[in-house]
Amino acid sequence: MIDILLEPFSYQFMVVALTTTVIAAIVCALLSCWLVLMGWSLMGDAVSHAVLPGVVLAYLLGAPFSVGALAFGLAAVGLIGVVRDRSAIKEDAAIGIVFTTLFAFGLVLVSLTPSQVDLGHIIFGSLLGVSLAGFVQVVVLAAVATTLLLFKRRDLVLYAFDPVHAHAIGLNPRRLGALLLGILALTSVVAMQAVGVVLVVAMLVIPGATASLLSKRFSTILWIAPATAAGCAVVGIWASYHLDAAPGGMVVLAQGLLFAAVFVVTRLRSVPAGRSRTNRAAQSVTDTQTASVATRPSATVPVAPTTRTSTASE
Amino acid sequence: MTPTPPAVEVTEVTVRYGDVLALDRASVTVEPGRVCGMIGMNGAGKSTLFSTIMGLVRPESGEVRIHGHPPAAARRLGLVSHVPQNEAIDPNFPVSVRDVVMMGRYGHLGPSRHPRRADRRIVTDALDAVGLGDLATRQIGQLSGGQRKRAFVARGIAQGATVMLLDEPFAGVDKASEATIIALLRRLAADGTTVVVSTHDLQALPALADEAFLLLHKVIRHGTPSEVLAPEVLVQAFGGADLVVEGAR
Repeated sequence: MIDILLEPFSYQFMVVALTTTVIAAIVCALLSCWLVLMGWSLMGDAVSHAVLPGVVLAYLLGAPFSVGALAFGLAAVGLIGVVRDRSAIKEDAAIGIVFTTLFAFGLVLVSLTPSQVDLGHIIFGSLLGVSLAGFVQVVVLAAVATTLLLFKRRDLVLYAFDPVHAHAIGLNPRRLGALLLGILALTSVVAMQAVGVVLVVAMLVIPGATASLLSKRFSTILWIAPATAAGCAVVGIWASYHLDAAPGGMVVLAQGLLFAAVFVVTRLRSVPAGRSRTNRAAQSVTDTQTASVATRPSATVPVAPTTRTSTASE
Repeated sequence: MTPTPPAVEVTEVTVRYGDVLALDRASVTVEPGRVCGMIGMNGAGKSTLFSTIMGLVRPESGEVRIHGHPPAAARRLGLVSHVPQNEAIDPNFPVSVRDVVMMGRYGHLGPSRHPRRADRRIVTDALDAVGLGDLATRQIGQLSGGQRKRAFVARGIAQGATVMLLDEPFAGVDKASEATIIALLRRLAADGTTVVVSTHDLQALPALADEAFLLLHKVIRHGTPSEVLAPEVLVQAFGGADLVVEGAR
């Protein structure tokens, strides 16, 4: 029994794969707590794809991947803002146009690059072939992202909750939005190594969503999300060994199944017990819900105030 | 002897969004410790005026002074606080009432916004001042509309704001809560806070406000509530819309 549990981890490459995945899962899960609250899931998807050409260019130039990823992540957000604000095209279409084009650019660059880099590894992750340099990079970027997120967590919660108040007390909401997007770009590089570009968005959304079903307290959510994500990483890697299945896919599958289980259990529990509370809150919730979606900070708030000011001064 | 500057001084402010003229050389002055009502139709520029006072929108021309300071300096000093409309807040957001009030302290804290004991006491006092001491641990969406307003007023108190801007505080609030909020705002003003309230509730105006102004891109009339609520004045602001304000005078 113990053998079945521990056997996969008697191989060094499996230990490296497991450690990489757990680290990536934890930092993605922390960030997901904010992305889910702000309705930035689509933005997570966009930035995680848009960093690809930056990573390839950084590889060609011998620069750190994080620099290329940051440049292209922020460029994507800027371009989305420009397309949205300077035309009648709506934000979702702007996101769709910008990130797919940048991703395609990345794919073309990879195919033109004479190198060992396998397209499949970028798209689906290359957990079982993590190099020492790749591992060090994951650790460093994850440490930077985690430190920034935890140090600035109160400001980021305030920004997500009421950006007008943040502005009113002298904070800079645009800078906070840019900080969150910068961390998103860094985290995308970490997660790309683990599960590949396609599945990064799952790691950036599911843990926060699962945790927000379980708690109404942000400080608790901030524990539940990384803990469940780390657990799913271990289970996913372990199962992938025994089933000989794609590790990245197994990790995300584990997260998705856990979300489904939590969803079902919390819905079942909330029906009889939470009825009276639901009713009391119902009125205020229904009359505010529609509008709150519109007034929460839009994914591209960092660029929005500039545009607004400049329009006002035209 | 230099005279004390007004709490809010908006001079000839013009704001344009693209082709839309939101404010057209609007001027208004509110002295400290007054409760001032702002009335006007949707689209008359009420939100824009609040945004301009907070420095969220930079005017094309004209200027804003808060106790003599430009908006950026006033923000750094934490002089202005904003009580948002219910619609602007996500009721499912996982923060407690106490968390929200603590956000008022952030401008006074270090870069990680770690609260000290003194800040916790200030927050507790602010919660007690608005009568929400017992509900401090509730998630913000579990409060009624009126209680939520008081929570945001408490945030302004904790912030130490001397100017409070309230956006439609009586929308979706029952009469009893409205009376509680009015009493709270009157008490704040008596202690020296300047309160500017944007409202559709013309009937509540005389009990609430010392003065009021009518906004339709510019300030049409500024005076006592009964002066501003005179039918011939209201017709100007609401463009002849069928308006019944029985008992408002």
